[in-house]
Amino acid sequence: MRGLSKGLVREIFRRKKEPKWMMEFRLKALEVFEKKAMPEWGVDLSGIDFKKISYFNDPKVKRLRSWEQVPEEMKQTFEKLGIPKAERKFLGGAGVQWDSGVIYQNLKKKLTEKGIIFCDMDEAVIKYPKLVKKYFMKQCVNIENNKFAALHGAVWSGGSFVYVPKGIKIKEPLQGYFWMNEKQGGQFEHTLIIVEENSEIQFIEGCTAPRYKKVSLHAGVVEIFVGKKAKVRYTTVQNWSKDVYNLATKRAIVGEKGVIEWVSSSLGSKATMLYPCSILKGKKSRADYLSLSLAGKGQELDVGAKVIHLGERTKSNVIAKSISKDGGKTIYRGLVKIAKGAKGAKSSVNCEALLMDDKSKTNTYPHMEIEEDKVIAIHEAKTGKIAEEKLFYLMSRGLSEKEAMVMIINGFIEPIVKQLPIDYAVEMNRLVELEMKGSVG
Amino acid sequence: MSLGVKGLQVSVKGKEILKGVDLEIKAGEVVVIMGPNGSGKSSLAHTLMGQGKYKVKKGSIELDGENLLKMKTNERVKAGLFLSWQNPVAIGGVTVEQVLRAAMISCKNSACKRTGQLEKCLTVGEFREVLYKEAEKLRIDRKLLSRSINVGFSGGEKKKIEVLQMALLRPKYVILDEVDSGLDIDALKIVGKRIEAIRREDSEMGLMLITHYQRILKEVKPDRVIVMKDGKIVKSGGKKLIAILEKEGYEGIK
Repeated sequence: MRGLSKGLVREIFRRKKEPKWMMEFRLKALEVFEKKAMPEWGVDLSGIDFKKISYFNDPKVKRLRSWEQVPEEMKQTFEKLGIPKAERKFLGGAGVQWDSGVIYQNLKKKLTEKGIIFCDMDEAVIKYPKLVKKYFMKQCVNIENNKFAALHGAVWSGGSFVYVPKGIKIKEPLQGYFWMNEKQGGQFEHTLIIVEENSEIQFIEGCTAPRYKKVSLHAGVVEIFVGKKAKVRYTTVQNWSKDVYNLATKRAIVGEKGVIEWVSSSLGSKATMLYPCSILKGKKSRADYLSLSLAGKGQELDVGAKVIHLGERTKSNVIAKSISKDGGKTIYRGLVKIAKGAKGAKSSVNCEALLMDDKSKTNTYPHMEIEEDKVIAIHEAKTGKIAEEKLFYLMSRGLSEKEAMVMIINGFIEPIVKQLPIDYAVEMNRLVELEMKGSVG
Repeated sequence: MSLGVKGLQVSVKGKEILKGVDLEIKAGEVVVIMGPNGSGKSSLAHTLMGQGKYKVKKGSIELDGENLLKMKTNERVKAGLFLSWQNPVAIGGVTVEQVLRAAMISCKNSACKRTGQLEKCLTVGEFREVLYKEAEKLRIDRKLLSRSINVGFSGGEKKKIEVLQMALLRPKYVILDEVDSGLDIDALKIVGKRIEAIRREDSEMGLMLITHYQRILKEVKPDRVIVMKDGKIVKSGGKKLIAILEKEGYEGIK
């Protein structure tokens, strides 16, 4: 269904058989979207035509492509990455039912035993209306945040819902792609994670392979509630195809002594604007960021972090690394706000950018708003090229120029990659190798 | 069989820094190069290795009859040349072990194969065994091997890691650029003794030893001594030259 109207919103509601409050919410969000102006800063968004975007794909209508229809270039990339055939089919848009997969069934059993709810967001609206109604786009992200969050509110579909009761810690990461089956392409998916006191989980969004999309706008929303002494690690590994505008809104509210960790690596998209926000509400709560972005030809990756220190002795630590090549542009844009009352807050922001050639660009916009006296806020930024010396050193050990370069870059991104689950880390290193192939003669 | 340099003229950013150097290091020979700072010793080492900023204007460099000037740095390594850096470069996120493993893989079908050392290192397990054994001989703490190469290493640790790489790769011709600087007396003894031992294990290895001090020459016995000054070789002789230099300094040499 293309084009955006009240009629479309009602149609989504009708087809998804949602409760009535959701329709009212969607219509209100649409109103806000129409009133809000496009952001006047950040990346160039003039290529987005809201009239031409397809906003909803009915789950009942088969829209799968056969494997034969997946572009050859993509198949080759999958091949090189060594991605299992089943995953390849899904990634190429051919679709696979994850729900029936063995891995998922085993995990689901374990989660159910511990009282954890982990399901499709569409299903959650119907099965857990009280919980969803309490948290959905109200306290964390809301439709007034920005134009794309409002658009999301009007047309959202799919995503993950996670509820973890008190005192439950699980090591196995929950993965968002379980729900990104044929029902939706993950375009306006909504992720809502609620983790109660003393609990710990890890959530992984996305995958390293490029995803073929018919539509070119991704406006997902992620909302995370971290309870007292709870800990959430949210990992994003994304490699959107190079015609996608990735404009997601992600936000976490952290309770006393709670911890939110954002680990992200973005490689794809035409343009990305993404600044995960942490609201450090509780005393001694903490936010850690580790991010990596790689921009190649025609790409603009405008990413960063937004931290609001409200509680006393709250801490934030941001490490952002970027690589620009073949004329690509990376930007770090961040805001650290230390509000009145956040006594003893500490914030450290560290940006490091690597430029592969003279055509590529990088910029840093670190904003700080500090309303409290006794606080510590540090910002450091480094930009550089791969030093000739490092290349020559490795070549003097027998490595070719390309091998040396890949080794240096993998070393540069190592602090982030080592935080990824092992299979993602391996794919990440291979991807960087692939991406670098074109840049070395 | 030799590493031969003839009439070598080299400039950096248009400035001439080597003004016609002739030098031959035969297989199995140890040649010491001394000379004041800025005389062109390190420039010669880097030119031999093919560092891009050193532009060769005239002359030739041959390794066992092969023209090195036509080769890239990594190809020169495969031909059997090795440089132990005066100031080894730090690379964040890349461990000593990773560099060594990559180096061994790159050189597996090269001139370095000659001594059979590489054949002992085909699998990761075998490689580690040899690596740990060699590290122990140099009294290198095993923990250092899994740290980012040269990041925060002491001067002594850096030099030991250079010699460790030489010990593993077993090149035909080795340039040791001030391998003795930044080492304390004990470390100097360990490093010196190990270099000499490797040389004994492989009697065909040729060494070009750049140094300011005669201390290391107690461990590594030179066959010839060469003095460089202002981009040229100004004196060449036997071991006796060292004593003369020690006494009179470079000033006395015309």
